[in-house]
Amino acid sequence: MKNICFYFQVHQPFRLKRYRFFNIGNDHYYYDDFANEEILQQIAARSFIPANQMLLDLINQNKGKFKVAFSISGVALEQMEIYTPEVIDGFRELSKTGQVEFLTETYAHSLASLFDPEEFQVQVKQHASRIEMLFGQKPTVFRNTELIYSNDIAEAVYDLGFTKMITEGAKHVLGWKSPNYVYQAENTPKLKLLLKNSRFSDDIAYRFSNYGWSEYPLTADKYISWIAATPKEEQVINLFMNYETFGNLQPAHSGIFEFMKALPKFAAEKGIGFVTPSEALDKLKPIGTLSVPNTISWADEERDVSAWLGNELQKSALNALYEVGERVRLCTDRRLKQDWLYLQTSDHFHYMSTKHFGSGESQFSPYMSPYDAFNNYMNVLSDFIVRVKAQYPDTVGNEELNALLTTIHNQEMEIKKLQTKLKTVLSSNEEQLVEKSVKKEPVKKAPVKKNPAKKEPVKKEPVKKEPRTK
Amino acid sequence: MRALMFGWEFPPHILGGLGTASYGMTKGMAKQEDMELIFVIPKPSGDEDQSFMKIIGANNTPIVWRDVAPETVKTRFEKYMDPNEYYRLRENIYADFNYMHTNDMGCIEFSGRYPQNILEETNNYSIVAGVIARAYDFDVIHAHDWLTYPAGLHAKSVSGKPVVIHVHATEFDRSRGKPNPTVYGIEKNGMDNCDHIICVSEHTRRIVIENYHQPHWKVTAVHNAVEPLSPEIEAIERISGVPEKVVTFLGRITMQKGPEFFVDAATQVIQKTDHIRFVMAGSGDMMDEMIALVADRGIAHKFHFTGFLRGKQVYELLKSSDVYVMPSVSEPFGISPLEAMQCNVPSIISYQSGCSEILTNVIKTDYWDVDSMADAIYSICTYPAMAEHLKVEGKREVDNIKWENAGLKIRKIYDSLVS
Repeated sequence: MKNICFYFQVHQPFRLKRYRFFNIGNDHYYYDDFANEEILQQIAARSFIPANQMLLDLINQNKGKFKVAFSISGVALEQMEIYTPEVIDGFRELSKTGQVEFLTETYAHSLASLFDPEEFQVQVKQHASRIEMLFGQKPTVFRNTELIYSNDIAEAVYDLGFTKMITEGAKHVLGWKSPNYVYQAENTPKLKLLLKNSRFSDDIAYRFSNYGWSEYPLTADKYISWIAATPKEEQVINLFMNYETFGNLQPAHSGIFEFMKALPKFAAEKGIGFVTPSEALDKLKPIGTLSVPNTISWADEERDVSAWLGNELQKSALNALYEVGERVRLCTDRRLKQDWLYLQTSDHFHYMSTKHFGSGESQFSPYMSPYDAFNNYMNVLSDFIVRVKAQYPDTVGNEELNALLTTIHNQEMEIKKLQTKLKTVLSSNEEQLVEKSVKKEPVKKAPVKKNPAKKEPVKKEPVKKEPRTK
Repeated sequence: MRALMFGWEFPPHILGGLGTASYGMTKGMAKQEDMELIFVIPKPSGDEDQSFMKIIGANNTPIVWRDVAPETVKTRFEKYMDPNEYYRLRENIYADFNYMHTNDMGCIEFSGRYPQNILEETNNYSIVAGVIARAYDFDVIHAHDWLTYPAGLHAKSVSGKPVVIHVHATEFDRSRGKPNPTVYGIEKNGMDNCDHIICVSEHTRRIVIENYHQPHWKVTAVHNAVEPLSPEIEAIERISGVPEKVVTFLGRITMQKGPEFFVDAATQVIQKTDHIRFVMAGSGDMMDEMIALVADRGIAHKFHFTGFLRGKQVYELLKSSDVYVMPSVSEPFGISPLEAMQCNVPSIISYQSGCSEILTNVIKTDYWDVDSMADAIYSICTYPAMAEHLKVEGKREVDNIKWENAGLKIRKIYDSLVS
């Protein structure tokens, strides 16, 4: 039986306000609240809210036969919590039906997979726990930002404990192969892959309201008959698209909602069902391996990462950003960590792309030109870096600092261990306690002195101990 | 296709952008195999490049018959043209101009510059055009800027051939919206009576349509281009002796070029940073005012004036610059940012300049938006990737803006008029 697998991306970046070089060092708030609020509320009203309602209706009408999946970036979730909490409620309701799967991705919709493996892990875990908290499901399928994928990323994802992932069915990778099967990653064969069917996805996402298209208008009847006409062995048609396709990219008056509403009926007539990505990956056996040495994504005709890494501006901004990654992870300042996430969002780098000068591609960019985008971002980033460096002196190298922090960390563990030991001893024998604590003390103090960089924890130690020695 | 062109300047002795554009355009057009060009200028100096076309000096064209021996003609005119041309032109004197002030050869003297009696010179130029138009065969007439419009129209009335006028600038650009009525009258008359109008940008085209009341179909924009740099200029090295980044303004220091906005942006940048210096090169009627302004702002220690630069000096300055800024208030085209880009200098230009219509690898701001101008200057001087990207991509872009292509567009217009 043939199945359709729907997956929708939901993402909105925190757009930056105009940040002049005068602001560097003076102003640490970077976001254009007005624009972010307005854009999100507009998209919610046009797209997310009616689309959620539509899906809920379809699920209820089709009683367990209609299923979809979402990947909602962490930064989008945060914005929705602030500006349109009703959208999150809608997703939660969908989740309750049991027919909706939530995937996990990098929290910030970032490019960490290409630049900073450690950050990548941190963000995936952070996102997964956020999804679990909000929707009560533990995500089992991973999808990377903009479906970015390569052999190396597959390994990183597998190392994180995932065995299911979705990505783009790029023509230059597939060659003669069909995207309508399950594949496995080359280096980590246990990682199973679902590939986007570009033709069928783009029919809805891009061509649906295109009057110039020879197949216009696209009806659910015709669309399902195309899918039914694919070879019998091809069991899963993966339709991956931006959730804004409904109502925003394809406006409501184009009939996109009606098209969707009619799909399940026609699908049922042809014996086509719906599955979630995890079901598809569980049910089907991989029919081959996929080797992707060069990174792919779902963007542009090239299906590569040149939309974010195509020019020197983008590369240098990304390098400058991830250069401080290790430092930021050592910091504990919550605002700093939040800014760190928001600044990693891939959209900031997409705005700097010079690939589409003159064409309409940059319609989502809040900037007049890629140079404006770079300029503004770098000013913000300069301020951010100043703040990171203020946390720990610049003179201490990352490794040294790391070693020091490890020492501190180990000491804390040691203290804890000793404390528990102490407790047991205390309860058993008071006399022994005096002897033991006196013995242990010099051992602990020695490493503390090596440690001029961070004084706080050092201070803590004696404070904690003194009462006990008494 | 034979074209008779009327111009006012021609390299190497030029006063502004008009001469550079005339040279590039004619050279680009000469690449079309069946293109023959005669270019009339008021006063050739004899060292113009005549390899691809014929140059006729208005001051070497007789309008009064004088009996001169061939030897005299040879010694006097050999530098400028074939002596036989003199006799050919003399055959075509069409009226008695003995009342005019002419020299021993029967020619009118021209300054070839922009003197006080410029209106008289344009009138004289038009008288000479009558002789030239009778002496040569051509299919189309092409007149560059208002000084030559009367000559173009005269040549048209003599020959009956179509005339194209080429608007390199309008009186509205030069005067920030307060045109001299006489000049406006000459421009308007030229546009009303010509067969087609070519503008150097859409910006200028709009002015022509709106302020000179021309119909849309009669006006076409053909953007200027640049000649590739000569190897001699390519070889010039950076000579800046200061460690700081150098930000340059280069052009006439006049109202049209917006120098005060450059000073304002510089003030902001200098207040915040200590790795950037500013240079204002050129001269003009607002120079003293600008020096006073710089002193008043207290930034004179990082803001320098060079005075008027000629020839090679211009390129020496460009090659020593890290940013080029053109904050023009109204610039018909503005070729200098293209020259800066040829020298690998990132450029910041105003949206109000014609070249902003065709350039993408530059930073564009409104001329009055001093804040973004300052931001852009700071960014290029601070983030190496920005400077590097603009250098490399800008150079690549500008190397593809060729006069040949502009020439083909002009040729299309000729063809439509002739057929």
